[in-house]
Amino acid sequence: MLPPTQTEAFDELPLVERARSGDDSAFTDLVTRYERKIFRLAKHITQNEEDAEDVLQETFLKAYSHLGEFQGNSKFYTWIVRIAVNESLMKLRKRKTDRTVSLDESIDTGEETVVREIAVWEDSPEDRYSQEELRGILEKAIDSLRPAFRTVFVLRDVEELSTEETAVALDLSVPAVKSRLLRARLQLREKLTRFFRRKGDDVFAYL
Amino acid sequence: MSLLTCKDFLSELSEYLDETTDPDIRRRVEVHVSECPNCFVVFDTTKKTLQIYKGMEPQPIPQDVHSRLMAALEKRRSRPA
Ligand SMILES: [Zn+2]
Repeated sequence: MLPPTQTEAFDELPLVERARSGDDSAFTDLVTRYERKIFRLAKHITQNEEDAEDVLQETFLKAYSHLGEFQGNSKFYTWIVRIAVNESLMKLRKRKTDRTVSLDESIDTGEETVVREIAVWEDSPEDRYSQEELRGILEKAIDSLRPAFRTVFVLRDVEELSTEETAVALDLSVPAVKSRLLRARLQLREKLTRFFRRKGDDVFAYL
Repeated sequence: MSLLTCKDFLSELSEYLDETTDPDIRRRVEVHVSECPNCFVVFDTTKKTLQIYKGMEPQPIPQDVHSRLMAALEKRRSRPA
């Protein structure tokens, strides 16, 4: 197992510059820094371990070959996320032929934002479960979202890209990202409520 | 200051949590959740949902996956472009 990577407050620019000038060890440093996140992202979108590994390799191979085209006006991380998202969606489309794979904006019309279940949660609901159980609950909840919603949620709230970066990575408009994010968040809230609600309380519905 | 309905509140919730709402809407959201117990719960549990996900560290990558990635890169490097 490799040591955890830290992506916050890390200035990747000097490394990227060195990698661009042909320093392979600098590129390897970038790979070890971001491989866990890219692998997680690919697993979330493809929902398949094998596909995720292919995506991981393709992403860094493409990044390596196209490093000269990387402009440096976005972050390197955002750039590889964009490659990884495209590769993942291609995998997903290959496996599933149904239309739910579409990230098309037409998905944003006609489906209402609803809240069905409301229940107060425990104060620290995550303490009720072991780390491993909690991870299982959280990942299963994400995976049960439709692709158009889970992709937006994963980029915004797990990988913590900005709304604009997410829009660019998914080739969506900013309003489309916002509306999907809201619905993804509400759906997850509802799924987690089943695990985290305070015992003995009533569940009520509104709207 | 006009009051928000529960539906208005829901449509503002995401941006409120991202702290991208303008001050006027912000205040109206706060007034609404202070007066509407249901929306308070939705607000509070959605906020917790995001906190829990943001705290989720990616798992270490399996060693064999890492090794195969490194091998693939090595192979590409040894090939003249
Ligand atoms: Zn309300």
